[in-house]
Amino acid sequence: MYTAILLLPLAGAVIAGFFHRFTGEKFAMYLTTGILFFCAILSWIAFLSGHGEHGDTVTLFTWIASGDLAVDWAIRVDTLTHVMLVVVTSVSSLVHLYSIGYMDEDDAKPRFFAYLSFFTFAMLALVTGDNLLQIFFGWEGVGVASYLLIGFWFKKASANAAAIKAFVVNRVGDFGFLLGLFMVFWLVGSIELDDVFAAAPALAEQTVGFLGMELNAAETIATLLFIGAMGKSAQLFLHTWLPDAMEGPTPVSALIHAATMVTAGVFLVCRMSPVMEYAPDALFLVTVVGASTAFFAATVGLVQNDIKRVIAYSTCSQLGYMFAAAGVGAYEAAMFHLFTHAFFKALLFLGAGSVIHAMHHEQDMRKMGGLKAKIPVTYAMMLAGTLAITGVGVPLLTILSTPIGFAGFLSKDVIVETTFAAHSSAGMYAFWLLVASACMTSFYSWRLIFMTFHGETRADHHTYDHAHESPNVMMIPLYVLAAGAVLAGMFWYPEFVGHHEGAFWGPSIFNSADNHVLHDAHDVPVWVKVSPFIAMLVGLGTAWLMYIRAPHLPAELAERHQPLYQFLLNKWYFDEIYDFLLVRPAKWIGYTLWKKGDGGTIDGIINGIAFSIIPRLTRFAGRVQSGFVFHYAFAMLIGVSLLITWFAISGGAH
Amino acid sequence: MSNLLSMITFVPLGGALALVLLLRGDDAATALNAKRLALFVTLFTFALSLGVLSGFDPSAPGFQFVEEGAWIAGLTYKMGVDGLSLPFVMLTTFFFPLTILASWQVEHRVKEYMVAFLVLESLIIGVFTSLDLVLFYLFFEGGLIPMFLIIGIWGGKERIYAAFKFFLYTLLGSLLMLVAMIYMYFDAQTTDITRLLAHQFDFGTIELMGWQIVGGAQTLMWLAFFASFAVKMPMWPVHTWLPDAHVQAPTAGSVILAAILLKMGGYGFLRFSLPMFPVASEIMQDFVFVLSVIAIIYTSLVALMQDDIKKLIAYSSVAHMGFVTMGIFAANQQGIDGAMFQMISHGFISGALFLCVGVIYDRMHTREIAAYGGLANRMPIYATVMMLFTMGNVGLPGTSGFVGEFLTMAGTFQVSTWAAFGAATGVILSAAYALWLYRRVVFGDLIKQSLQTISDMDRRETIVLAPLVFFTILLGVYPSLAIDLFSPAVESLLEGVRTAQSAADAIQLALK
Repeated sequence: MYTAILLLPLAGAVIAGFFHRFTGEKFAMYLTTGILFFCAILSWIAFLSGHGEHGDTVTLFTWIASGDLAVDWAIRVDTLTHVMLVVVTSVSSLVHLYSIGYMDEDDAKPRFFAYLSFFTFAMLALVTGDNLLQIFFGWEGVGVASYLLIGFWFKKASANAAAIKAFVVNRVGDFGFLLGLFMVFWLVGSIELDDVFAAAPALAEQTVGFLGMELNAAETIATLLFIGAMGKSAQLFLHTWLPDAMEGPTPVSALIHAATMVTAGVFLVCRMSPVMEYAPDALFLVTVVGASTAFFAATVGLVQNDIKRVIAYSTCSQLGYMFAAAGVGAYEAAMFHLFTHAFFKALLFLGAGSVIHAMHHEQDMRKMGGLKAKIPVTYAMMLAGTLAITGVGVPLLTILSTPIGFAGFLSKDVIVETTFAAHSSAGMYAFWLLVASACMTSFYSWRLIFMTFHGETRADHHTYDHAHESPNVMMIPLYVLAAGAVLAGMFWYPEFVGHHEGAFWGPSIFNSADNHVLHDAHDVPVWVKVSPFIAMLVGLGTAWLMYIRAPHLPAELAERHQPLYQFLLNKWYFDEIYDFLLVRPAKWIGYTLWKKGDGGTIDGIINGIAFSIIPRLTRFAGRVQSGFVFHYAFAMLIGVSLLITWFAISGGAH
Repeated sequence: MSNLLSMITFVPLGGALALVLLLRGDDAATALNAKRLALFVTLFTFALSLGVLSGFDPSAPGFQFVEEGAWIAGLTYKMGVDGLSLPFVMLTTFFFPLTILASWQVEHRVKEYMVAFLVLESLIIGVFTSLDLVLFYLFFEGGLIPMFLIIGIWGGKERIYAAFKFFLYTLLGSLLMLVAMIYMYFDAQTTDITRLLAHQFDFGTIELMGWQIVGGAQTLMWLAFFASFAVKMPMWPVHTWLPDAHVQAPTAGSVILAAILLKMGGYGFLRFSLPMFPVASEIMQDFVFVLSVIAIIYTSLVALMQDDIKKLIAYSSVAHMGFVTMGIFAANQQGIDGAMFQMISHGFISGALFLCVGVIYDRMHTREIAAYGGLANRMPIYATVMMLFTMGNVGLPGTSGFVGEFLTMAGTFQVSTWAAFGAATGVILSAAYALWLYRRVVFGDLIKQSLQTISDMDRRETIVLAPLVFFTILLGVYPSLAIDLFSPAVESLLEGVRTAQSAADAIQLALK
């Protein structure tokens, strides 16, 4: 069954990609979509029936075997795999369905569906990997699929640039992943997860020489792998590709840049929990980077005007929440937020897609407004997503030991509580930043709703008058995701982070003996429990004030605080700094090495010696015309025969 | 058949002879016949080599299909293959029919062209099958001549300069190797490679012109061989002949150069330098690491700035060969397995990339990147194929390009984290230059007037590239197919090297 879930999307991608000429466009679309729904059903069956199932491995065949290194293509089956399978196949199947409507006018539909299915295959390979190398295969595979999908409209220069940026920045992270992988192999002699996990306690006691430094082995491995996770999950310093990735078609943003690929980094950290638990310094880094990203991305999200970019920064920020939780040892909370976030973020993206569809590909919120009346169903769906992401619920009330609220309320609050319950410096740092981010999340999410759907419209009359609700194939995925955004949190709270979490996760997530942060999180003071809720209310109130009550305020504020506004609008100038520090020097060095290094120095020296005879040769060549090369060939042959003769004579002497 | 290797080696030469003797005149019919005959001969050679492959037992130690006989003037004629050489024999016989097919458009002196390629094939196969020093040297040097002619006669505008540069660089390196070979002969009293492999060359420190030479004669000979193989590879800083040669060579010449000729250097390191001079190899390890890592980073950065498609791919070849030298001198199983695999994989991928350049060069007669853009609009099949090989070049897991890079780095990491760290930065840079090339040539809108009527790949071009697509993916997903072929040979090679190195250590210790 797992083999089918893994390989069927690949089959779909191949058929849609290479044989659509024979099967027709429609068939390619329906086939890939049908396959994904089938996979989703299988995944749900596995998820719902397989609790507590652990440690199963389905080996397919040998991949790379060299000396002690033996790597198989194999599927690892445990709860962590189940959760990811459900997230990936569910969102992917809904996105496939949605795309049938969204891409209706595009003339390369089979290619699009082939890419989507290929992406799904790579992502499934990643989450089912039984060894680090297969995870890396999926890791790079989703990178390529993402590259292809961001650059899907390959005629657009900006889409191409964004695609390359996504791939290259991800490779910076992959660089860390690879080095971590090599170190694991070097020290453990195997990259099978079970072997690595078994060796983790020993690694924690071991020092290793790396780049001239003597470092703790477990810490170094954990840190290197986390660098990989930072790239994939767009964490601070390696985040710059994610907003640009919005150049791709909107369903892609929902699938890859919200629900699945970008969460791979979080998944990796949780998957590696048996190693992470022995690397407290690395975990410290995870929390600090995660919380900082959550805060940074939220500040930038406050002022963006492109509807998709707001959601992109929001994704970046929410991923930071997940890392912050993983960093304090609450992997379960990180996975819970990953799970609920997949629903409401995919919902928000697809809802935004529906808005963009209605507005004839307008993405600038300054040219929207008042759409509530034109597309009420989309509005309702977006509202559900916003209530979920901002964390609306009933604080302090639990029924059957489950809090009551939208999905994000449950999962985000657990994260905030665990950071506090960690009672560490990193935890406190994260706690305050995450509460502040919760306020900003609420502000930018409601700002999006207000600017898009409320007030007087700022769109031109033609576009506004023709704005229309999307077809059913686009709306049905929204309903399903909305149901998830409302209910998923309450439904699975007991399993993911509540009373049943131990039985639910089984051995797929490892907590060291002194890690009971998840239990402590239930006993934090009341003010801690309500602080994210209050922060949310403050954000909502401010947004309401600035965009409904007094719409002239934002412009005045921006005017009064120009430097700050520009700083945020320009995303803290990360792109400019990287361009100045990395891109330009690389180009300059490349050019200099080529012209001065190869051309001037090396050729200069070698040619200077060897080629001082060349002018004479060419003059000679000029005389003999085109036949000259044969003369040289002849001269060579004479040389070689002289050599033979020499050998023959000396050899004959014996 | 006991002389199968000789047949494989000399059938192409016989074909060349037949072409010279049987075909007269230079009308179109003769040209077509020349192409057909050459294709037939190369296909036949390939079929013969499949016979060797099927009869070859990877797990058996030593050389197989050995032929030995007296030759002229007391020299011995000896041939044989092992796991290290057979993959290259196969690569050669596999690639030649493809390059002949890829040359179907050649119009200038077709007969001579085909003769040059057939002679070249014989000489290259000979390099990998000969088990005698003299024989090896003849093939190794002889291969220069047809390649020199191919660049010099059928090349581009600057072909004379490029041909001479190619010739002089490689020749100068080889002369030093020749001196070392003569010394080896006097030292071991044999030119038989199997016996040389068993011979222990002196490694006691010697003094030469006031210099203390650690590793003694071994180090000197190692350096002499290195001079030749490093140029062939090519390694930084003697790589500058390669971009010029590639740019000027006709498509088929570039393909052979990239896919096979460069591998002679790596093969030489594995056949001679490492097993015959193990002590020197250990001494020079860091030196090779430094050069390899410089090659990977330096040429990747240079590749980033190229405006000629072929030059860009040529520079990326140098970077990829950096992984090979690094892996070989890491001197462990993963390192050498990776180096062997990387050479085979690079053969497929770089060969395919040059064929891809040939496809558009035949249509537009320019290699300027700026002359292209938006090809995907009119050439979807080409865009797909080119994407696959670009990803192979980038080293994407699932393509053969990944396995070699991965194994060489995994092997090197155990010896030097610095070298592996440096090489891994190549992973980032290769993505940058390869995708940027693809973006400028294939993606974008089709706005150039000259490209409005460009046609997609025809059937012949598809047939040439299809097997390369197949192998790039197959070896990426199931690399054991190749690794199992050479891994046992690598294992026994390493065993010998380790024994020699520990024996040397014991002696050094005893002296102290």
